[in-house]
Amino acid sequence: MTVLVIVVPLVGAVVLLGLGRLLPRRVSDGLAAAAVVATCCLAVALLHRTGAGRVVAWMGGWRANGTHGVGIPLVADQAGAGLVVIAAVLTCAALVYGWRYFESVEGHYQVLILLFLAGMAGFALSGDLFDMFVFFELMGAVAYALTGYKIEDPGAVQGGLNFGVINSLGAYLTLVGIGLLYARTGQLGLAPIGAALRGHGADPLVLAGFVCTITGFLVKAALVPFHFWLADAHAVAPAPVCVLFSGIMVPLGLYGALRVYVVGFGGVLGAGDVRRTFLALGVATALVGAVMCLAQRNLKRMLAYSTIGHVGLFVMAAFLLTPDGLAGAAVYVAAHAGVKAGLFLTTGMLLNRYGTVDEHDLHGRARGTGFRVAFLAGAFGLAGLPPFGPGLGKALSEDALGAAGYGWSSAVFVLVSALTAGAVLRAALRVTFGVGPHPSHARRTGETSGAEEQEVDVPLRRVPVTMAAPAGVLIAAGMAAGMVPWFARAASRAAARFLDAGGYLAQVLHAAPARPVPASPHAFWTAGGVALGLVSAVLATGVALAAVHPAAVPRGLRRAAPALRPGFQVLRRAHSGHVGDYVAWLLLGVVVLAVGLIPALTW
Amino acid sequence: MTYLAYAVAGWLFLAGSLGIARSRHLVQAIVALSIAQSGTYVLLLGVGFQRHAAAPVFTADMTIRSAVVDPVVQAMTLTDIVVSATITALLAALAVQAAKLHGTADPDDLRTLQG
Amino acid sequence: MSRGVRMAVCAVGALGVAVLLAAAFTRMPAFGGAHHPYRDAAVGAAVRHATPNVVSSLNFDQRGLDTLVEEMILVACVLASVALLRPAHHESERPARTGGRVLPASRLVGYVLLPVTLALGLDVVLHGHLTPGGGFQGGVILATGLHLVYVTGDYAALRRLRPVAWYAYGEAAGAGAFLLLALAGLVSARGFMADILPPGRFGALFSAGTVLPFSAATGCAVVCGMVVLLAAFFRQELQITETGEADR
Repeated sequence: MTVLVIVVPLVGAVVLLGLGRLLPRRVSDGLAAAAVVATCCLAVALLHRTGAGRVVAWMGGWRANGTHGVGIPLVADQAGAGLVVIAAVLTCAALVYGWRYFESVEGHYQVLILLFLAGMAGFALSGDLFDMFVFFELMGAVAYALTGYKIEDPGAVQGGLNFGVINSLGAYLTLVGIGLLYARTGQLGLAPIGAALRGHGADPLVLAGFVCTITGFLVKAALVPFHFWLADAHAVAPAPVCVLFSGIMVPLGLYGALRVYVVGFGGVLGAGDVRRTFLALGVATALVGAVMCLAQRNLKRMLAYSTIGHVGLFVMAAFLLTPDGLAGAAVYVAAHAGVKAGLFLTTGMLLNRYGTVDEHDLHGRARGTGFRVAFLAGAFGLAGLPPFGPGLGKALSEDALGAAGYGWSSAVFVLVSALTAGAVLRAALRVTFGVGPHPSHARRTGETSGAEEQEVDVPLRRVPVTMAAPAGVLIAAGMAAGMVPWFARAASRAAARFLDAGGYLAQVLHAAPARPVPASPHAFWTAGGVALGLVSAVLATGVALAAVHPAAVPRGLRRAAPALRPGFQVLRRAHSGHVGDYVAWLLLGVVVLAVGLIPALTW
Repeated sequence: MTYLAYAVAGWLFLAGSLGIARSRHLVQAIVALSIAQSGTYVLLLGVGFQRHAAAPVFTADMTIRSAVVDPVVQAMTLTDIVVSATITALLAALAVQAAKLHGTADPDDLRTLQG
Repeated sequence: MSRGVRMAVCAVGALGVAVLLAAAFTRMPAFGGAHHPYRDAAVGAAVRHATPNVVSSLNFDQRGLDTLVEEMILVACVLASVALLRPAHHESERPARTGGRVLPASRLVGYVLLPVTLALGLDVVLHGHLTPGGGFQGGVILATGLHLVYVTGDYAALRRLRPVAWYAYGEAAGAGAFLLLALAGLVSARGFMADILPPGRFGALFSAGTVLPFSAATGCAVVCGMVVLLAAFFRQELQITETGEADR
């Protein structure tokens, strides 16, 4: 029954593929929505079952005999099942948003969305490394197509190409890693590989296998320096597709890397070395995302860099590899998914109503209450304002990092949240309130403008409820995640289960019965977390006001600005939109990752 | 000669990556990507090779104890080839549209996404 | 980055990756060695299910989920290419031009080779469980065999031979048959994609359980999918122009 979560969207896709050209638009919309709603119910049922323990389902009726069986298992724990639920909910929002108005010929968009959901569900649940790779390629293929979907937009096809080439190269590197691991262990399943590597030394083959295998997943997760494709893809993909990318596809890359480490390499590569390397990469990612975020005038590109910034924070918390850190990252990811998805849908509504997503061109044009509430809620949510969801995730992550001896990282969290939320708030003030002097329309060299092709056949005079409702519901859900203690407790139980590699191996290899894990009793707001959340919200407001009224900034701060400009220009020119540059950074990133993990070698 | 297959695999992957970086035409970049992937085929098949072993197809004169090469990597390579061929087609479709819209197929001249 | 800087960064990265891979390769098990535990298990399982071609047994039986997803990637990419190569707002589709010179000898070669190639492709698909081959390999042979008519003839002959709508339905039918067969295993409580047909006699045509039906369904989906894919590229190149552009 577990496999139905993957098969139901596939069946829906194949039915729509065959009948798409015969059915009227409403029927194909309805069929796709029915398939997604069914998947959502199945995913929630699966999540409920994982509360009692991991669910292991062998495909094809093959069972493992010790470590030398054949067959592919699907292994669902709370983390994997939870991600499938988020994927299904976001896909539902994307389909509702695209109802009737989204330009879709012969049901192509609905089929691609359903295949994307199946790919994501399979990736989250698979217990076999090569199977993860194949689901990863399914996700990727559909993502490239959805990114380039608006074929009249020159940026869209370029963004799709950049995305496609870099992601594919990362995936091929993952396959190299799988080949190396197969040479060493003779196995393809995650659990048999973990069992075979455990207790032996970490020699360069194991290190190369680890680095190459997770590179593809880290490209998807947009870790620096693999992150360049994300801004390009988000700037040009349709808004509902950006929802899926930022909300669930990027976190799935992080999930894949974590799962491979915890189950496969937890017994052979020391957690301390892995933690230090990823902490450094996480800080770099967070800072790059936050700084680039402020420089964007294309609203979707700005939200994309905000995602990169937050991914850096997720990596810092998750790769602590402690239950508290992972729980904080889980809450942060879920709440961020809701808020960021809602912001992307709001931006899509701006595009379909006013014909542009350029912050300068939209100055003062979208003064409706709905837009104001959505942007303000999104901005303060991302800033980490208590008692909202992203703020709880941020607070839990800061506590976990502080407890592990990395108290300075709270400063990074506060800074990055303030900068990214300040950029969104600046956009809110300019676009929905018309605050500040009207900025120039002229596009400076090296900037990406917000000119974009609309997603609907004719510009909308009023925003339909099928577009507004998903945005509102998602933002509300993301914010509410911080106000219910149950959610944080569930996240900490999921984190404890995720890190229990011994239990995973026993259940998959030896069919041991499932065991419950205890929850951390303190997983909720603390005084320190509330204080830091308020600080970053206040800073975000300051950043936004300074950006909108530069004359009001104190002279001392204004004099500091020219000193930072050369460094900033170098960073900006590095994001060139040229696929060859991205490949160069990808190769360099693999080297950096390997060099960072050299201390983990024990041979 | 024991490392020749692996060295060729590594060389193909890196040559393909370098090819993407220095390409002057989108189709050249896509073909270089295919070359990078061919490296993975060679690596997989090299890992599964056994000297003096037959192909993993059992004819009438073979028994279950006959030595065959590793069929698992061959199945993986088959999956890999299908996946990459179709994704190459997808990227080629994107390249066709990009060349039409930008008027050029040189990656150096595609300037819509900067900063 | 300028070209020079890009190549310098790339060179450093490539050198580092080369060192990493070299360090890994020198510690791999000896090339051509005999220790392959997964192979031993897979061969045993294939023989138990009466499938002489172990690779097909792995593809359609033991690791069938991978093949299902691979099939779906094919479907996704074909659909994506059709969607991406559709006429844009400012473009329209004009009828294919006829005329041009085709050598009669070339056409004859095409007409002779077409049934031979199709028979070969069908043989590869239907004997996928006995000899090297299977749905994917045979499907590609069939699809490219159909396009022999284009290579040795002209586009008009190709269009007469393959009405694209039929092939679009065929692809959905092939993928649907694959899914139904996989779900049949689930319904019969043997497991998703389980082998629900009797294994039969080793080496006979109707043996190897569900490997043959899966192979056939895959072959159908692959040939139809490849034809639709190539048709989209042909249409984009030969028939889609900007609206208002004079016929050249």
